[in-house]
Amino acid sequence: MNEVMKQSISDNIDTITKRWVEQMKDNSSERFLDLMPASVVETTSREFTTLMTSNLSHREKVDKERLDEFTEKIIHFGWSIKFINRAIDTFSAVVYELFFETGVLTNSNLRQGMDIFSSWINPLRESIIEEYATKWEQTDSLQKIALQELSASLIPVFEKISVMPLVGTIDTERAKLIMENLLEGVVKQRAEVVLLDITGVPVVDTMVAHHIIQAADAVRLVGAKCMLVGIRPEIAQTIVTLGINLTDFSTTSTLRRGMQEALQMTGRTIVEEE
Amino acid sequence: MEHGSSIEINTEWDIVAARQLGRNEAKETGFGTVDQARITTAISELARNIYLYAGKGVIKIEPVRAGQRAGLIITASDEGPGITDLQKVMEDGFTTSGGLGAGMPGVKRLMDDFRVETEVGIGTTITATKWLH
Repeated sequence: MNEVMKQSISDNIDTITKRWVEQMKDNSSERFLDLMPASVVETTSREFTTLMTSNLSHREKVDKERLDEFTEKIIHFGWSIKFINRAIDTFSAVVYELFFETGVLTNSNLRQGMDIFSSWINPLRESIIEEYATKWEQTDSLQKIALQELSASLIPVFEKISVMPLVGTIDTERAKLIMENLLEGVVKQRAEVVLLDITGVPVVDTMVAHHIIQAADAVRLVGAKCMLVGIRPEIAQTIVTLGINLTDFSTTSTLRRGMQEALQMTGRTIVEEE
Repeated sequence: MEHGSSIEINTEWDIVAARQLGRNEAKETGFGTVDQARITTAISELARNIYLYAGKGVIKIEPVRAGQRAGLIITASDEGPGITDLQKVMEDGFTTSGGLGAGMPGVKRLMDDFRVETEVGIGTTITATKWLH
């Protein structure tokens, strides 16, 4: 029966493709097909329907290799998962209709036909959804790693002076990382002054301030001095309004001024060449 | 133009989403960078309080207009434990979570109007408004 079905589909592939495109255009909220040039719609649709058919093999079992290939190609189309889902639904409906029209499916073999049908379509759908989810998970974890790598590195700029530039949002996890890297770095780099640069931190609320104060205290305990630099005017105003007390450690508006002060503290200055 | 938007607070990252939304709304309403920072910070404090004390809740940000004045209302509501001693909470330096204790009084100072409705065991709703001057 698989063979008959397959034959029927490949005989009528043009009709199927045409009907599929029409129905997709009709009830598609995404204007995906409208945006593509007609020739691309034509080839993509044909490719899609052919791919869908390719997995209907003689055997009852799902061909894993073909399934993977199919999924990869479908994902390559760049369709959204919602669109793919609808594409498969529409395809099934069109083919189902056609089977009745051509007499492949009749009332007597309906049940057997449905079984083959669902064991053909369902794995395709599952495979696509699974592949999509895996891809997202991968991207997500890669970005997390990337973010962590960017998170907080202590850079030895001069002897005795290190800088930690902070960019982006500081959450509890990052705050912990900042503290760890800061203390480890200070000891390892034998820093005497550490500049904590918050130019790239969008919001300094009480939690961020609290973490900064704690970090500075800890740095003091390991025998160095912490300086907060890169305080933008609007951040300065917010900190004052919040009533956060930062008088315990020195602060400057820019990294440059902070660096000058740090050099002074360690008994050095930058002089211009004669 | 009255289009409000709200964000559910369930995780720490929702706090970031809430204040991002707040910043955009503030910008659209016409607030300058300093007020944008104030509003964003206030949202951050309120959202964090929801996350820390109630576990989950909602932050709503909506533009308002009263006569000639335009502004932004932030509503933070949760069905958490409520606040037992409101007076203490509004004091600088009072904290039950080991923080700085500057959040609630800070938000009051950052914004123009500030109102707390709370009932122990039922939840808390905080409404804070910033007017465009």
